[in-house]
Amino acid sequence: MRSAASPGNFTTPLLRYSAEGRNSRLAQPRKLMVMSALEVENLRISYGDFEAVRGISFSAQGGTVTSLVGPNGAGKTSTLEACTDIRPITSGVIRVLGMSPGESSSRVGTMLQSGGLYPTSRPLEWLTYLSRLYPSGRNPRELLDLVGIDPASRTTTRRMSGGEQQRLKFAAALLPRPELLFLDEPTAGMDPQARRNLIDVIGDLRSAGVAVVLTTHVLADIEELADHIIVLRHGVIERSGTLAELRGEGSSLSFDARAGLDVADMMRALPAGYLVVEAGSGSYVVEGEPTPVALAAITSWLADHDEATTGIRVGRMSLEDLIIGDAS
Amino acid sequence: MKPTLAHAFWELRLTLRNGEQLLLTLIIPLALLIGICATGVLSSSDGLSRVEQAYPMVCMVSLIATCFTSLAIGTGFERRSGALTFLATTPLGRQGLVLGKVIATVMLAAISIVLVTVTAVILGWRPSIAALWALPILLIAGIAFATWALVIASVFRAEAVLAIANALFLVLVVVGGASARSSSNSAGVLVELVPSAALADALRSSLGVGSAPCWPTLAILAVWAIVGYALARSRFRWQ
Repeated sequence: MRSAASPGNFTTPLLRYSAEGRNSRLAQPRKLMVMSALEVENLRISYGDFEAVRGISFSAQGGTVTSLVGPNGAGKTSTLEACTDIRPITSGVIRVLGMSPGESSSRVGTMLQSGGLYPTSRPLEWLTYLSRLYPSGRNPRELLDLVGIDPASRTTTRRMSGGEQQRLKFAAALLPRPELLFLDEPTAGMDPQARRNLIDVIGDLRSAGVAVVLTTHVLADIEELADHIIVLRHGVIERSGTLAELRGEGSSLSFDARAGLDVADMMRALPAGYLVVEAGSGSYVVEGEPTPVALAAITSWLADHDEATTGIRVGRMSLEDLIIGDAS
Repeated sequence: MKPTLAHAFWELRLTLRNGEQLLLTLIIPLALLIGICATGVLSSSDGLSRVEQAYPMVCMVSLIATCFTSLAIGTGFERRSGALTFLATTPLGRQGLVLGKVIATVMLAAISIVLVTVTAVILGWRPSIAALWALPILLIAGIAFATWALVIASVFRAEAVLAIANALFLVLVVVGGASARSSSNSAGVLVELVPSAALADALRSSLGVGSAPCWPTLAILAVWAIVGYALARSRFRWQ
């Protein structure tokens, strides 16, 4: 069933980008690198006086899944809408497959968060109509099989469940054989089986070289899919990196002891790169990855100096706190 | 052009399958024509037969139902469902979407008016050479009504669009119908400024009396079309 998403069905973006890169080399000697599927530079989006996106820059590469995460109102959907040319931007530059967002629409698939379906249409006729809009659209029946909707179904969109509508929207996003796929909360409302299937299909697309940019509130989605995570808050990028990098950032080691310890001496006992700070009176924070070696160095230093500790904590800020929760 | 035509047929297909829109755009005009001719509720004035009186008026009803009410309601709900937004991300794009909508509306209006015309011929209506005037009249009026439909669909919520478009349909048809019954009414000067009245007057000349329409009616329709076009360009919203 998943054979429809095999690599053979997709042009390898790298080949095409490098060819374009060669052409643009004459005009822009700096750009010798392979072009990103999506490049966003200093993007700003305002709604009246309210600035929803305040100068963000990021890029997404073919064969990777980039996940925009953050609380409601962080600017995720506005950013995706700007990338698909349906949201006017205040300033900044967006390049989609090396072009402006409006020019690349035949090679880009989009799944919007709200709506995007005709309430009175049936699944197969909707995809059949959409396939006429693209120069080489995929077979609608195959796509419905792929997302688990019966092609013979005569149920109209408005009578379908939320999860079924999501699956139909996902199928519509795959129709153009996209090189770049924008998915705004793709797993919302899906049952576990449908979500599993969606994640498998996205994995196949990634293997085939497709660049996937998605938003999600589901931590499991991020853990299973995201190669690169961009945390947005109040319209700015609060942090970004791989899952492991973000986890590293959120780790901490702290302990309580007598006030006024010689932290400079303590740091000499630790491996290079660690910083010990007396954050409050008698409350110490060790900045750096809380490895067993670091923990052992602290406890042995305390033992050597005959200092009692009233509490020692190795904490890892949960992914949830890091991404969804309030920044402390 | 292929995506644009695909979109036009897609819209037409959904409209003709929707019971309420089918009733409004095809069944009501036909029922009006047959009803008026059968019962003779319009008192015959200046020597016109029943069908010569009824047919131009029903053409007006067809045009308003298809180009105004049906278009406004359909577009209002498309905006709410987010379908237009999604289609704007496809190669159809905004221009293709608008052009496809125009073609779909023209096809729907043509279907409705052809059905009405065939019925009128069966009921005894015979065209004169002045009937050719009906084409430019319907074209200008169609642009006027369609652009205003898009403006209303863009400014209001879908439910409000439904109510406004239906209410205006009744008002327009009543005003147009009243003015068409007596073209030489001295108090009718202001009424003539209403687009349906101007349309009814022009169609009555062309299709009923068999003469060229008087130019003020065309001018009034043209002004409505130009203002509607300008407003639609600045006010049309996808979401």
